[in-house]
Amino acid sequence: MEYFVIIIGAIFVNNIVLSQFLGICPFLGVSNKVETSLGMGAAVTFVMAITAVVAYLLQYYVLVPLHIEYMQTIVFILVIAALVQMVEIILKKMSPALYQALGIFLPLITTNCAVLGIAILLVQKEFNMLESVVYSVSTALGFTLALVLFAGIRERLAMEDLPKAMKGVPIALITAGILAMAFMGFSGLV
Amino acid sequence: MLRKEKKMSKLQLITKGLIKENPTFVLMLGMCPTLGTTTSAINGLGMGVATMFVLTLSNIVISLVKNVIPGKVRIPAFIVIIASFVTVVQLVMQAYTPGLYATLGVFIPLIVVNCIILGRAEAFASKNGVLASAFDGIGIGLGFTCSLTLLGTVREMLGSGSIFGAKFIDGDGILLFVLAPGAFFALGYLLVLFNKLTAKLK
Amino acid sequence: MESTLKNMVLTLFVITLVASTAVGFVYKVTEGPIAASEVAKTSNALAQVLPAFDNDPSSEKQEVEQDGLPVIVYTAKSGDQIVGYAVETRTSKGFGGEIVLLVGFKPDGEIVKIETLKHSETPGLGDKIESKKSDFSVQFCGKNPADFKLLVKKDGGDVDAITASTISSRAFSDAVLRGYNALMTLTGGQINSVSGATSSAENPANESDDAQKGEENE
Repeated sequence: MEYFVIIIGAIFVNNIVLSQFLGICPFLGVSNKVETSLGMGAAVTFVMAITAVVAYLLQYYVLVPLHIEYMQTIVFILVIAALVQMVEIILKKMSPALYQALGIFLPLITTNCAVLGIAILLVQKEFNMLESVVYSVSTALGFTLALVLFAGIRERLAMEDLPKAMKGVPIALITAGILAMAFMGFSGLV
Repeated sequence: MLRKEKKMSKLQLITKGLIKENPTFVLMLGMCPTLGTTTSAINGLGMGVATMFVLTLSNIVISLVKNVIPGKVRIPAFIVIIASFVTVVQLVMQAYTPGLYATLGVFIPLIVVNCIILGRAEAFASKNGVLASAFDGIGIGLGFTCSLTLLGTVREMLGSGSIFGAKFIDGDGILLFVLAPGAFFALGYLLVLFNKLTAKLK
Repeated sequence: MESTLKNMVLTLFVITLVASTAVGFVYKVTEGPIAASEVAKTSNALAQVLPAFDNDPSSEKQEVEQDGLPVIVYTAKSGDQIVGYAVETRTSKGFGGEIVLLVGFKPDGEIVKIETLKHSETPGLGDKIESKKSDFSVQFCGKNPADFKLLVKKDGGDVDAITASTISSRAFSDAVLRGYNALMTLTGGQINSVSGATSSAENPANESDDAQKGEENE
């Protein structure tokens, strides 16, 4: 039951993009095609799941015993950067097609604040190991859901005739606002 | 582009961040804190100043050490430098402005991954002198602060009917603008306005 | 600059070393003020919700668990006389997650004042639980949960919910009730179940009972 609440909460109620404002850059940047958004979502899910485990271990077996909790930001970002690099190398070897599709966006996961944000939030929420993983995977799923939904809308929007000043990011933001409103309907669900 | 930047005077370095290379409205960088912390004018201002501080100092240090860092570890080295300054800001805010620190929450440590800072380190500080980098940091930082304060003011006015905490209407205002969707709407329409204005100026 | 393994490792090592030394230094400098501001926050909040006292309540705290959540009870004394209890209580039923309250009680269980320590309720709606944002929390002042049913009116209680924020109001009441129950358990008063609506309104003898128990404890 508790895990169910965490999952629903992370995917719908506190959707990381639409209600917590993390990971906006890839949300606006990679969401032109449904296909690429799925790939990005998969990459983020993978990275986030590993980050959760690593962040948990680092926090409770390194930072806390050494009393250097204040070094959290530095340690976490370095580990995430290394992780992303690893994922990139592995992906390049295992699935060149996906690597091609994600192109320059993979290194951008390092500066995807959703990943670092999740690591910090996990510690703040005092989750245990399993809860951490469940929470971060559901958060990443929420990220993917928002991204794919948004890409679907934008694919159609691209064909619309818009006022010049509204083209590109402005209309994307307004669309995102409407999507965020729809997601507000989930609040109070858990 | 870069060559042009080199010829800019110090004043131009500072003012370019406000309009021509405004990080929010033109470069569209650092969207997460822009949307996430601007529920009120004062929050936007606080976030902007914290970011400006980190940006300026990391620009200075990076331009100082740029020549001794091997190319391949450039990015990790930059990240360490930026993360250290962020931690400093975090500690100082926790000590002296605990209220603001609590409101801005997770977005303070997240200054590390603000694309503006790493972007300026890569595009400017790693290629320019110390003084120019410092002014670049101040300029872009000011632009970011102004945008955030503007967005915060708009959202606060519409959402709570107040400016910097001072109420000017009775009641609540349009709550939506303080909530998540309002952030997207407000920024979206401000961008439209900005585009219209700059198009006219051209 | 040319990248060799040796200079890459060396530069990163030096940079990390310098950076962590600098951060460590700032940490040492700010350690005191951070701790002081934490203490100030607690003692300010305590002074807010308690009647006048002359001891240091934060040194006389007891932690208990009530219905699965931790509750901290601070005892305020004036001389040897117990003048009240401040109860730090929480609920996870808030709209945005956890709500942490500090509730001041008189020894007989009457609520003095409630301060919201932490919450993530919706700005403009649920955040009216904060005493500085609306009068919602004022309605609890001077009420004794023994005869003031800590449930929103919709659920058959006595609490006027915030308009359009029933969930936040419900969670707030839940936290207050949990704090009251924890205090009563600690001081030997009647235990009410949080989920069941068995507020002691059904048991009018309770109030004087509680008062006596409170005195016995002193």
